[in-house]
Amino acid sequence: MTTKDVVFGALGLLACCSGVLVVTARNVIHAALWLVVTLGALAACYLLLTADFVAWVQVLIYAGAIVVLLLFAAMLTRAPVGPGQDLDSGNRPAAALVAGGVGVTLVTLLVQAFRSAYVDLDRVAGTGAGRPIGDALFRSYVLPFEIASVLLLAALVGAIVLTRPEIGRR
Amino acid sequence: MHLILPLLLSAVLFALGVYGVLARRNAVAVLMAVELMLNAGNLNFVAFSAAYRDLTGQLFALFVVVIAAAEVGVGLAIVLLIFRNRDSIAVDTLRALADRDPPEAAGDTG
Repeated sequence: MTTKDVVFGALGLLACCSGVLVVTARNVIHAALWLVVTLGALAACYLLLTADFVAWVQVLIYAGAIVVLLLFAAMLTRAPVGPGQDLDSGNRPAAALVAGGVGVTLVTLLVQAFRSAYVDLDRVAGTGAGRPIGDALFRSYVLPFEIASVLLLAALVGAIVLTRPEIGRR
Repeated sequence: MHLILPLLLSAVLFALGVYGVLARRNAVAVLMAVELMLNAGNLNFVAFSAAYRDLTGQLFALFVVVIAAAEVGVGLAIVLLIFRNRDSIAVDTLRALADRDPPEAAGDTG
């Protein structure tokens, strides 16, 4: 057990606890704010795993943009924020059963397969910084990068067309 | 660092996401649970990228973030449209596409 193991364990515990609150909170706004905590803890985990650029993208896009989008949607759909309204449907026991099955299966499989695998983080230090990522992205992965930008544009136009009622009526 | 730590964390987060998708009835909360599952996959990509000293995992994690942004944008637009049409985004009441019996057969079975 090194210091990094202990720090990662603490961050993982934080992510798990706030993740539980994301899926059990009675209030959509509270769930979204707990999602920020989970995503922030995961960004710190990425930093520990030497993925600096992915960590800051996580903070900017996930904790920044996506959660704000979710909060906007919660406001626009007049989400239930009172104490009496139930956010969970009736199939909560079945959902717990399925999720427990998935979790136990995955944990068993991973423990069997990677029980003794070890990551030497000092040897990969610095590989996840902006420059190596940019080099790889614009040399080997430039076509997927462009396709992703077209996909984002299409999603943006699609979202506008869906939510503006006067488009498509003609 | 032991590789099993990030893998266990991502397995737990994925299970939590599965629970959220199945148990929530508010569509926005369902989308939040989907984000949890996507993040579990991302953590696996980054962990294996460090374990195998290969940058491909981190690049895939970046692409997953892009896909998640597109998904959440279109998903929330659809949720808004459903709310405008039905005045509710409780996913357990949206049964217009359900496989129902025709009315006369439904009368027989009560």
